[in-house]
Amino acid sequence: MTLAGPVGAIAQTAVVALGAPALVGTMRQVRARLEGRAGPGVAQPYRDLRKLLGKQSLTPEGTTVVFAAAPAVIAAATLIIAAAIPLATTASPLDGGADLLAVVGLLLTGTVALVLAGLDTGTPFGGMGASRETTIAALVEPTVLLAVFALSIRAGSSNLAVIVADTARRPGHVLSPAGALAFAALVVVVIAETGRLPVDNPATHLELTMVHEAMVLEYSGPKLAVIEWGAAMRLTVLLGLLVNLFLPWGVAGSHSGPLAVVLGLGAVVAKVAVAGTALATGEVYLAKVRLFRVPELLAGSFLLGLLAVTASYFLASPTV
Amino acid sequence: MTGASSSSQTIRRVSPTDLGAEAANLLAAGYRLALAACHDDGDALRAVYLFAAGPPSRLVELHVPIDADRPHLPSLAEISFPAGRFEREMHDLFGVVPDNHPLPRRLVRHPNWPAGWYPMRHDAGPPPAFATTQEPYQFLHIDGPGVYEIPVGPVHAGLIEPGHFRFSVVGETILELEIRLWFVHRGIEKLFESRRPADGVALAERISGDTAVGHSLAYTQAIETALGITVSPRDGRLRAMLLELERIYNHVTDLGALANDVGYGVLNGHAQHIREQLLRLNHTVTGHRLLRGAITPGTTHLLQLPDPRQLRDVGADIAELAGLILANSTVCDRFARTARLTRTQAADLGCLGYVARASGQTADARHDHPTCDLEPEPVIHDSGDVLARFLVRRDEIAASVALVEEIIETAGMGDGPKDCRIVVDRGRRSGIGIVEGWRGTIVHRVEIADGTITRHKIVDPSWFNWPALPIALAETIVPDFPLTNKSFNLSYAGNDL
Repeated sequence: MTLAGPVGAIAQTAVVALGAPALVGTMRQVRARLEGRAGPGVAQPYRDLRKLLGKQSLTPEGTTVVFAAAPAVIAAATLIIAAAIPLATTASPLDGGADLLAVVGLLLTGTVALVLAGLDTGTPFGGMGASRETTIAALVEPTVLLAVFALSIRAGSSNLAVIVADTARRPGHVLSPAGALAFAALVVVVIAETGRLPVDNPATHLELTMVHEAMVLEYSGPKLAVIEWGAAMRLTVLLGLLVNLFLPWGVAGSHSGPLAVVLGLGAVVAKVAVAGTALATGEVYLAKVRLFRVPELLAGSFLLGLLAVTASYFLASPTV
Repeated sequence: MTGASSSSQTIRRVSPTDLGAEAANLLAAGYRLALAACHDDGDALRAVYLFAAGPPSRLVELHVPIDADRPHLPSLAEISFPAGRFEREMHDLFGVVPDNHPLPRRLVRHPNWPAGWYPMRHDAGPPPAFATTQEPYQFLHIDGPGVYEIPVGPVHAGLIEPGHFRFSVVGETILELEIRLWFVHRGIEKLFESRRPADGVALAERISGDTAVGHSLAYTQAIETALGITVSPRDGRLRAMLLELERIYNHVTDLGALANDVGYGVLNGHAQHIREQLLRLNHTVTGHRLLRGAITPGTTHLLQLPDPRQLRDVGADIAELAGLILANSTVCDRFARTARLTRTQAADLGCLGYVARASGQTADARHDHPTCDLEPEPVIHDSGDVLARFLVRRDEIAASVALVEEIIETAGMGDGPKDCRIVVDRGRRSGIGIVEGWRGTIVHRVEIADGTITRHKIVDPSWFNWPALPIALAETIVPDFPLTNKSFNLSYAGNDL
């Protein structure tokens, strides 16, 4: 392994950590412009974070360490994912941890931390949001596993770097029925996992309709800043993983030099920006589905994942 | 032509013992209880019940004397749900005790209001000290496995008025919703007292900010009936036009807000754009974006008539907007079959306006108690869900645009605003104004003695419609509450005077 691996891992983590608010800002700005509003500008999330970080830190009465630690857990879990998964390079020193199951587990760690924090406040909104989030997470995580598993069958490994490297070598594979089905399933779960329309409405002020926002209602000041930052990174990481699983061009390999890492970073930033813009554009035309329809949507996506796995067994086997 | 000249009105004095039978007869004959209010005549109290039916417009007032030393009334709650609420209001503001009332607890006055102090009595004096801590309000408590409560408000996210909502929920399904209002009692009815009739218009315009025309017109009609002032047919039509302009701008706001509440923000932006065009149009018509300042007793002042071409364009835009909203299958799925209010429920609760008309009721004062020669047919939908309330608004906008265009065409230049001198005599007079505001039927009843107002009673349609919201929400899921609430869009200010 060359030095490019660790450098690449550090660089991609730094880009995710610093760039995630810009992705959120870009998506909001795209949406605002498409809705005929001026919008606050791409840099608004940074200004929000600066404002929140400058505020007093309040802890609601009766809350425990669960509430206090959740923001850090979410941010840390997401940072580990950002360092391990193949965003700019497949040669991260944490590559051994970039296993499919480990990444899904880390995602779930963040979700569980937030759910527990919502329950810890003891408020009805926190509990309500936690209950809804758990319902959604219980359907989302198996789908993530299944959809990526469909891709891993071809590569013969559940390591994400191996899958990405395999796809980069044989890009025709993603055009297979298994690839298309897995892509559709993953898009739906990324939307659900990041709390976007039509599953959750990140822009609403109506507490009774919230999922993710209901759990964080009691947070304020620096803790809220960390939660917002964590949520932005989660969105960035999931979009980055999605684009690299299906369009791995530009990702630096294990024997590449520093230039390839820089190119890889540029490529992933560009791909994530395009994917984010596409997601925000799609959201303009969507309304939020009734809460009881969300499981139907996710069950549909789970079925797509299952079909993807089946298809990769039956249709892809001759080429292996 | 005013309401009084085209309708029949009778006033009967009834003893408390005969009240129940008289009221039952009127209700059986198709009348609805439109207003009930207590009056302090100095040496005695008096309750006035206004029953209304139409078309043709028929009004019956029952005046019931109440012993000032022992203020009791037989309760009508058994035969009329709205009557029970009016009686609780009478108790809170005048100290009149309804006998055999099924729910004889405070309604308007919160528990921290001093006991025994009845603010609408003439001898009430300045308010005594309010309690700083209040005894806990007794919400209906539902026990059972998995049942939990969600308290919301009275302070809400977003710029809305205060109201506390207590949901009893199992899973996501609402078992029971209890709504507590009356956090900001302003004493508006008291503010009308001892004003001269012409001085009350500005106050009436501010009863509920989005219903400036509805309330000022109902007030003005009540004054005109009391003082025998007639309005020219042209002025009557111009008033009908203002009422429709108010309906259009409020309804289109609601269409957008309903889309927004299901996360379809782009069309809310479109609706806001249309609303702004309408507000600017309003500004050219009366000099005020919310149409204030045009209606005064005896006359109607307009700066200019609205541009019919612009209005037609806006009407087409709104039709397109409604079409786009309903073209989204997710939106339709959210609207359809959500929070159904059946026709019987709407009738039992005495619902008014688009809430009633979306449940198949024909209640529409423009039809039942017409005040000008143009009577639009009521727009009726009968599924009683959010979709029906959306469709009623959409169709009413189209009808209103057509009506305004007709009025503009036929209005001509006219003879311009004329000065109206209000002749004041020494006698005691009373008058009623009934107007179909955009939320529903508004009723004002005024009593004038020696040229000043001695009592003014205001009934906003929201007073009748608020109890329907929890009924419609039975078996609805919690995340559908904001949407349902928006489809009712009830006024806090009009309810809590």
